Amino acid sequence: MAEEEIAAAVELQGLTKRFGADVTAVDSIDLRIEDGEFFALLGPSGCGKTTTLRMIAGLEFPTEGSLRIYGEEMGTLSPNKRPVNTVFQNYALFPHMTVLDNVAFGLRMQKVDKAEANKRAQEAIEMVRLGQMAKRKPNQLSGGQQQRIALARALVNRPKVLLLDEPLGALDLKLRQEMQIELKSLQREVGITFVFVTHDQEEALTLSDRIAVMHDGKFLQVASPENMYERPANRFVADFIGQTNLLEGTVEDAETVCLANGARVSVANDKAEGAKVAVSLRPERINVHALDDKPDGPSLEGVVSSVTYLGTAHSYRIAMDWMEIEVREENRPSRGHFNAGDSVLISWHSDGVWVVDN
Amino acid sequence: MSSTTDPRGFSKAFLTANAWLVYLFFYAPIILLVVYSFSGDKLVGRWGGFTLDWYRAFAKDDNVQGALWVSVQVAIVSTLVSVVLGTLAALALERFKFRGQKVFDALLYLPIIIPDVTMAVMLLMFFSQFFNVIDSVLGLTLSKDISTVIISHIAFNISFVSIVVRARLEGMDQRLEEAASDLYASRWKAFRFVTFPQIIPGIAGGALLALTLSLDDVVIAQFVSGPGSTTLPVYVFGLIRKGVSPLINAVSVVMLVASVLLVMLSLLAQRNSEDKDQKVNDENEDDDQEVSSGSSSLSEMSIN
Repeated sequence: MAEEEIAAAVELQGLTKRFGADVTAVDSIDLRIEDGEFFALLGPSGCGKTTTLRMIAGLEFPTEGSLRIYGEEMGTLSPNKRPVNTVFQNYALFPHMTVLDNVAFGLRMQKVDKAEANKRAQEAIEMVRLGQMAKRKPNQLSGGQQQRIALARALVNRPKVLLLDEPLGALDLKLRQEMQIELKSLQREVGITFVFVTHDQEEALTLSDRIAVMHDGKFLQVASPENMYERPANRFVADFIGQTNLLEGTVEDAETVCLANGARVSVANDKAEGAKVAVSLRPERINVHALDDKPDGPSLEGVVSSVTYLGTAHSYRIAMDWMEIEVREENRPSRGHFNAGDSVLISWHSDGVWVVDN
Repeated sequence: MSSTTDPRGFSKAFLTANAWLVYLFFYAPIILLVVYSFSGDKLVGRWGGFTLDWYRAFAKDDNVQGALWVSVQVAIVSTLVSVVLGTLAALALERFKFRGQKVFDALLYLPIIIPDVTMAVMLLMFFSQFFNVIDSVLGLTLSKDISTVIISHIAFNISFVSIVVRARLEGMDQRLEEAASDLYASRWKAFRFVTFPQIIPGIAGGALLALTLSLDDVVIAQFVSGPGSTTLPVYVFGLIRKGVSPLINAVSVVMLVASVLLVMLSLLAQRNSEDKDQKVNDENEDDDQEVSSGSSSLSEMSIN
């Protein structure tokens, strides 16, 4: 089987993990993560993403199914015999060891010559730009520094796959954004396959080459960030990745959907006639017009119920008789904004919407 | 605990008085003991001028010295064995799941709950039954000696050690062990380089507790010791029945000084290892030489 093409970095087939008789954390998932990919497992807490990562690491063993790393079946191989390393949530740095000892730990356990191990560990610490911190204890470092040391400690072993469990979860926003850029360039530099778990959709979109959205132990969609955002597979994904307005309706034909209020909107879709669907309308893809304006493309009428100033944009909630729609309009000084109570028309371009199963 | 204002007026006076009362309660008997060990009068409680006679008597008295030696041997051997077994039991309960775990857990703490006398009678019965069986099967005649005392002390010390070690294990982040095994450490190496250094304070605290309890025990040793294996507390107890003499004070002072020294040593070792932590960057190689010690509250327990 493995010979037919280049082996995937990680290949899961029917992978299942049950805890006890009635908790199924991971439910028969199939996945191929390619060599050199930056892959995100994304989902709300309790969706099984961390369990999946822990199974790849060997910290949990699958109940059923196959798990291969570069073509080799892992099964119940213990974690210390797998060619993967993990950056743990909250880092799990050894508190009684110095930074250097922490980073050199993996090499020493692999019986690398001591001088060589120390040299490589020092290089890894310098790679994450903390060279002068080598003699410190982990508790003398800031959160961001600890996170970089955790990265160095894993990468120094040159794993075939690097696993990251909510790697940036404990950092504040500014630092998180910095680390995102750093992580991305580091991955390009070392060329190792990265698999990371996150519940932050923005982080997943920013960092990864591909994303798998998980819910209730199953994959809902595996796609590139762009495909995931533009063409979500279903309601849950559309709602989870970014914000969206979901307008319920029924498919009339391949070009038209009849919305719940009776309005017909033209939108290309591949759903069956009569199928109950939702039209996903991203807030930033909607334009707001005064009533006397005649917009191109489909439009709906409503009343502004609230306005929120966001700095870069205004966020409007627009009430229609059957639902409320959120719209985000970029601020331009030359253009005024609408106020609560204004009657408005909303419009969109037909290529800015997407139909998902309801 | 974290009151933001200092007590004032009556409450301050009351709290101060309370503190002094407690100190008096704790230390007055000890001071009396020490003072009368230097008293020249044969009767305890009557000052007969300063003398070192009782310490000389102690130095010459082979019985007391023999008992002291027995006590030290019992304490050291039973501590070593119970630290190993107690730590293993704590690890088993804290890190693994097995059949009968709950029962084992409950049974492990039984020796702490059972009154000493009951435990002593149980052990005595056990040994005599056991000796009978050995006698009838192998034809060997065994009798109570120092090893029965050691075994008995191990029996209750395991419980105390495992409680202390378990508390430490519980407080330890289990992900550290996962991180170790993720970094190619076998189970043994993960224990040796990560778990063990983390629980050393617990182990040291447990050992100190075991040592103290063993040196302290009268009731159980009284029942299970044989001729020639009398421990010091049992011997002192015997002396009292014959009539109190300041020799007992002298013996007690020696024991007191020994245990205070022990505690101070362990505190010193703890401080040293902390200092060393700042400098050493190579603990993988030398961490087993470091003797750390238990929490100070445990250290204080051994004074009493």
